[in-house]
Amino acid sequence: MGGRYEIRFSGSGGQGMILAGIVMAEAASIFGDKNAVQSQSYGPESRGGASKAEVIISSDPIDYPKATAIDCMLALTQQACSKYYKDIKDDGMLIIDSDEVKEVPTGAFKIISLPILETARKDLGKIIVANIISLGVMTELTGIVSNEAMENAVLSRVPKPFLELNKKALQKGFSMAREQK
Amino acid sequence: MPNSKKKLLQGNEACVEGALYAGCDFFGGYPITPSTEIAEILSVRLPQRGGKFIQMEDEIASLGAVIGAALAGRKALTATSGPGFSLKQECLGYACIAEVPCVIINVMRGGPSTGYPTGPSQSDIMQAKWGTHGDHPAVALTPASVQEILTETVRAFNLSEKYRTPVIVLYDEIIGHMREPITIPEPGELEVINRAKPECAKEDYLPYDENYLVAPLAPFGEGYRYHVTGLNHKADGFPVNDSEIIRENNERIMRKIDENIEDIEKNEEVFLDDAEIGIFTVGSTARSARFAVNALRKEGIKAGLLRPLTIWPFPDKAVKKMADQVKFIVVPELNLGQMIGEVQRVGNGACEVLGINRVDGESIHPTQIIDLIKKHK
Repeated sequence: MGGRYEIRFSGSGGQGMILAGIVMAEAASIFGDKNAVQSQSYGPESRGGASKAEVIISSDPIDYPKATAIDCMLALTQQACSKYYKDIKDDGMLIIDSDEVKEVPTGAFKIISLPILETARKDLGKIIVANIISLGVMTELTGIVSNEAMENAVLSRVPKPFLELNKKALQKGFSMAREQK
Repeated sequence: MPNSKKKLLQGNEACVEGALYAGCDFFGGYPITPSTEIAEILSVRLPQRGGKFIQMEDEIASLGAVIGAALAGRKALTATSGPGFSLKQECLGYACIAEVPCVIINVMRGGPSTGYPTGPSQSDIMQAKWGTHGDHPAVALTPASVQEILTETVRAFNLSEKYRTPVIVLYDEIIGHMREPITIPEPGELEVINRAKPECAKEDYLPYDENYLVAPLAPFGEGYRYHVTGLNHKADGFPVNDSEIIRENNERIMRKIDENIEDIEKNEEVFLDDAEIGIFTVGSTARSARFAVNALRKEGIKAGLLRPLTIWPFPDKAVKKMADQVKFIVVPELNLGQMIGEVQRVGNGACEVLGINRVDGESIHPTQIIDLIKKHK
């Protein structure tokens, strides 16, 4: 399904996976020069349950808005990982939280395991920035949007009092990913 | 640098932008997933510009409030989903016979009943046409992108004001909740139609004047005295038992749509000119279909797509043309077969018609369409 770059963010409801999807789509289409479509799937509950957001990025118009063969997927919980990893394509990438995802799926895709939630809690003191760290990791590893576009997209979505925190979280994501390269 | 004109908006957010662009100044509603964002955002935006937002006690009252506001001269909107749309049917019929312009957004979710609130569906296609009893005009628009939700919401208000009839905008949860970059049009860029006002003396005003196909509608409160009822009525709006007047009015409210079908109909065609295989669908499944058509064309298979943006009145002429041209037509839909019956009716045996149906809360995947066409050709 050429020309499409497909991303899936998955975790538990309330972890900010949908916001991560929105920011990625804005980085690509508003702060970058590509087309993007973001869609989501969630249950009737407002917290908990497996939640996912998908972003399709392309230089061409995007018809089908959902994932077909995923280039890069993030999983912050075991439940989300097990439920959603099957659509990752053979040369794709799976980014997992190293503390949460213990049953690592096997496949032809690359697996990157990082302590994203622990870093959010310990280094940044706020678990809620795990999604922003994730965006940093994904941006650095995939290069699908520039680091600058991602930073602009994150900062445009964040309320002023939390600018520094989110900036730090994003930088942390960039540097964690660089160490993996 | 960011492109300042482009915004990443959700379908329901674009609906609000379209409504405000069209001059909507009243919303009466009752929140329901997956349409709630429309009510939520309008509850902030309408008061900011002097409009009124009312959350009513239920969906019946919501459309009742909308009809009242519209009769008082407002451009009035309500938004709902399948279960709420069922409740609105009573007032929908009232708006049809009383000829009250208003717009109803239905973001379709799985049913029947409360069904699957967060899952997409296209199971209200027939409810939009036949949900309320009696012969009545049905106008329903089916956008398939975030940008189109904006433009079709504007068009819904325009058609509703022009023809004094309720207009429904139908889109599924996928289109309603997904986000795409869109451009919000500048004032003047899109046509905005405002209601025709009577030119006669106030005491001579007749809300259902038989000299018109669509008589001007005077706003209540400006001194025009007239009656509004759900009963069959004569020119001044009062109930009537005269069979000739009853027939004339029942036929006229249909005729005002039928005689203007070219103004109301709107289709997109993708590679249809030389197509040997046709696809007919709307909304998110039309995006799957467009994907499938592009993929099939790359393999030399001549597939084409007919995508109505007006599903009601049904695009008989365009479907007939396609049915006479192609070997078979595929109708993918997120229900167990609603549009397909209409395609078969119009095709009348000219070609085979095959359905692809899903009611599991998932979208129709392009490969489902591609595989069926390859297998069947």
